[in-house]
Amino acid sequence: MANVLLKGIKKSYGAVEVIKGVNIEIQDGEFVVFVGPSGCGKSTLLRMIAGLEDITGGTLEIGGRVVNEVPASERQIAMVFQSYAIFPHMTVRENVAFGLTIAGASKAEKAEKVAEAARVLQMENLLDRRPSQLSGGQRQRVAIGRAIVRQPEVFLFDEPLSNLDASLRLDMRMEIGKLHKSLDATMVYVTHDQVEAMTLADKIVVLKDGYVQQMGAPMDLYHRPENLFVAGFIGAPSMNFMDVDILSRNGDTARVSSNIVAEFAAPVWRDGIGSGRKATLGIRPQDLHPVDTGGVLEGTVTLAERLGTETVVDVALKNGTRVLASLAEDRVFEPGEAIQLGFNPERAHLFAPASQEEKLVAQTAA
Amino acid sequence: MASISPDNHGLRLVTRYAVLTLVAVIFVFPLLFMVMSSLKPDTQLLNDTSSLRAFLPVGDISLDNYSAAFERAPIGAFVLNSVLITGATVLLTLFVCSLAAFSFVFLDWSGKAVIFSILLATLIIPYETIFIPLLLMASQLPWIGGDGFEIGWLNTYRVQIIPFIADGLTIFLFVQFFRDLPRELIEASRVEGASWWLIYRRIVMPLSGPVIATAAILKFLFMYNQYLWPLMVVQDESIRPVMVGLGYFTDQLNVPWGEVMAYLTLITVPVLAFYLSLQRVFISSVASTGVKG
Repeated sequence: MANVLLKGIKKSYGAVEVIKGVNIEIQDGEFVVFVGPSGCGKSTLLRMIAGLEDITGGTLEIGGRVVNEVPASERQIAMVFQSYAIFPHMTVRENVAFGLTIAGASKAEKAEKVAEAARVLQMENLLDRRPSQLSGGQRQRVAIGRAIVRQPEVFLFDEPLSNLDASLRLDMRMEIGKLHKSLDATMVYVTHDQVEAMTLADKIVVLKDGYVQQMGAPMDLYHRPENLFVAGFIGAPSMNFMDVDILSRNGDTARVSSNIVAEFAAPVWRDGIGSGRKATLGIRPQDLHPVDTGGVLEGTVTLAERLGTETVVDVALKNGTRVLASLAEDRVFEPGEAIQLGFNPERAHLFAPASQEEKLVAQTAA
Repeated sequence: MASISPDNHGLRLVTRYAVLTLVAVIFVFPLLFMVMSSLKPDTQLLNDTSSLRAFLPVGDISLDNYSAAFERAPIGAFVLNSVLITGATVLLTLFVCSLAAFSFVFLDWSGKAVIFSILLATLIIPYETIFIPLLLMASQLPWIGGDGFEIGWLNTYRVQIIPFIADGLTIFLFVQFFRDLPRELIEASRVEGASWWLIYRRIVMPLSGPVIATAAILKFLFMYNQYLWPLMVVQDESIRPVMVGLGYFTDQLNVPWGEVMAYLTLITVPVLAFYLSLQRVFISSVASTGVKG
């Protein structure tokens, strides 16, 4: 196994720069997930690690060796694609053994390794089938099998579960998690699904517009998002945002209010939050709860979605701002019903206003 | 949505079959005329052309025309030559053109787009326009063979094969097909450590059955029907292909039509056999050109 080091990695297609100087350190045996919206550059970054895309600038190291110019086949990596990319004219056994065949492995070695991979992935009974006779989940197993038999130093996954239906996705997600633990391998995983990111990752890298917005442990990103984008991207439903005024700042707390938010003291741990300035208040839907009196937010219910174990309530505040509250209970709300919402001030997030925030991100990344 | 009544459905079916039958008749009748005429003496054959009898095995039916045709021309040798020339050209074309297309689609090299455009432009140049310069060139080309070094390719098999191996249309067909192959299959192979040659041999070509069949049929027909070029470059009867053999029947005032038809029937058999053997793949290829699966 090996570590992976990206230093100032850039990628341009002609005049268009899609990766704008990315620095990431992936430790040996770590499970790192690149996450972000479509077009953020996460797949491009993975393909650069794989050697399927040229690197325009910066240095890429795998296992301490600079591999910028090293062809994909010599990087000691294996990759699992979203479309599975298993060879339709070969049996499962031939597919799984493909890399070994190329490497000139003996028949006995191939048989042993294929059998071991089949056992780990529970597909012993599929080995003589053709891909057309397999379901989506089984095909993805074959693709993973092909990756593990070669015992690569780094596993790369490019949205491997996106083509699967919801229940299968959950199963395969758990299997990939187990596989990581059993192989103790370095894995880099790309997804736009933040649930996959949160559940699988040791470290999440959030990307947007070719910049790293934040990287860290899943719970760090959830509890201490560094900017509005990360705060909005991590967590479902998305964090609620509303503009507030900073009335006063006293060390690690600031008193804030607005025409829709009653005055309260919020924790501060970012730059750019000062007395007399504007700020954006962020509250996760899970941190909001209905109260009978003295709520910080007041509004009317426009929609309530009952999911059995939770109820998601869409509330229109007095000035028309919409917020979502996610209650960990099954509860009935009528549309038009007046509601007051409270929250633990400790769970509030204060961000510099949106415009300033974007600028900060750009400067940090550059 | 309006439902289709059974009557309406039946009418559509009848119309569809009527059109298909008409098209089939248009295509089949010339063949039928050829085969039937090959069984009749010339006088009857010419009389029958004014009626439907031309398409029926009626009157004085015999295989006399076939035996006469065999006496007039060395048909066996001609067919063998054609099979050899056509077979070799088809195989070499498939190999060379698929490699070229592979390079155009999967490899990065500068000037690729320009060269591909030039290649496409050659599609509009008929072979007939380059035959004279090609003939002059072929007469002066060197060759090292069993007899050592020699100058001039005329009167050989190779002059009937090599000029037709690389062609723009076949490369274009392969390029179009390769472009539709899932990119990830190639990328997965690269990551697994496969060389380009191995990717070509183990991944791309095994998945290219339909385009191989299409290209093979088109090339086969083109080569099998060659007349002008072999007439120009080959004088030696022992290496002439079938189409040139037609000349054996037309060098007199009275054309023996029955024998011509017998000869044509005989030389059509290999074409039909070849086409029918690849028909299924050919049809699936034509059908898949518009639909991505």
